[in-house]
Amino acid sequence: MHELGIVFYIIRDVKQAAGENNVDHVSAVVMNIGEVSTVIPEYLADCWRWAADKEPLLEGCELKVNIIPAVTHCDDCGKDYETVKYGKTCPFCSSGNTFLLRGNEVEIKEIEVSNN
Amino acid sequence: MDGVKIIEIKKSVFAENEKDADELRKELKDKGVYLLNLMSSPGSGKTTTLIRTINLLKDRIRIAVMEADIDSDVDAIKIKEATGIQSIQLHTGGMCHLDAEMTRQGLDGLDLEDIDLVVLENVGNLVCPAEFDTGSVRNAMILSVPEGDDKPLKYPLMFSVCDVVVVNKIDVLPFFDFDIEKCREYIHMRNPKARVIPVCAKTGEGVDAFAEWILEEVSEWKTQ
Repeated sequence: MHELGIVFYIIRDVKQAAGENNVDHVSAVVMNIGEVSTVIPEYLADCWRWAADKEPLLEGCELKVNIIPAVTHCDDCGKDYETVKYGKTCPFCSSGNTFLLRGNEVEIKEIEVSNN
Repeated sequence: MDGVKIIEIKKSVFAENEKDADELRKELKDKGVYLLNLMSSPGSGKTTTLIRTINLLKDRIRIAVMEADIDSDVDAIKIKEATGIQSIQLHTGGMCHLDAEMTRQGLDGLDLEDIDLVVLENVGNLVCPAEFDTGSVRNAMILSVPEGDDKPLKYPLMFSVCDVVVVNKIDVLPFFDFDIEKCREYIHMRNPKARVIPVCAKTGEGVDAFAEWILEEVSEWKTQ
């Protein structure tokens, strides 16, 4: 359940951004979550609802999640491939000399604020 | 209709923790205190290994231990009774890991005057603790033979963040399909630099090699 810990980090960062921008209510938080980040979006959403509604700044605030597909790059043949399907071994040349290009993101992309 | 204003943030949620962890490491460096983060599954023999190791080291360096668990204080009491050193229990309140801020709170509860080494025994779990930098100088993990030699394949992140993997319970190797060479190979797939130390915490076999590694690390941290 490290989703709960992550929710506390999101709340801390959103509060800080809200403070810097003189915002008193946030209507949505948009996250980029990588496919292989180990964060489970459904658990994150549950933890979010529980924790966010305790904060006046985030009451009813929606958590929107963009899933970032994981892509691995092979250093030997120079090609990119789908990480989830093939793992650490390159499907083109069978090399294990590969690294993750993207897909482990857990980042706050932006927040949405209603203009009243 | 109300308009919606968008404020771009573009920031990893781990960034703040990583900053806290770097600050903590720097403060520990100034104080000459080495922090080792010890991770493993529940039941791998973390506390038993730690007791053996501390008893080998306690006359040479000054040690304190922080035990992190979701609940109970059995480990902190066990360490204190078996080694006589300063130990403190941290409760994570249901959380599956410790972060740098929680580690700092734990350190505040210890008397660090004249302490060379603090061992943080993290929550027993191979997934979440690997995601969060605690501010430790190094990460070590204990993998026990009954868990299987394929664990580095199943929990890649844990093995890629560890500087040392202690393979415990080698006395039961004849009874399990655990191939230690294969395990070494899998660990090195995740982290080519990881040191692998086979031990049996029950008999003490191999624990001296782990203790020696810690001694070298602590003296390097204090002098460089």
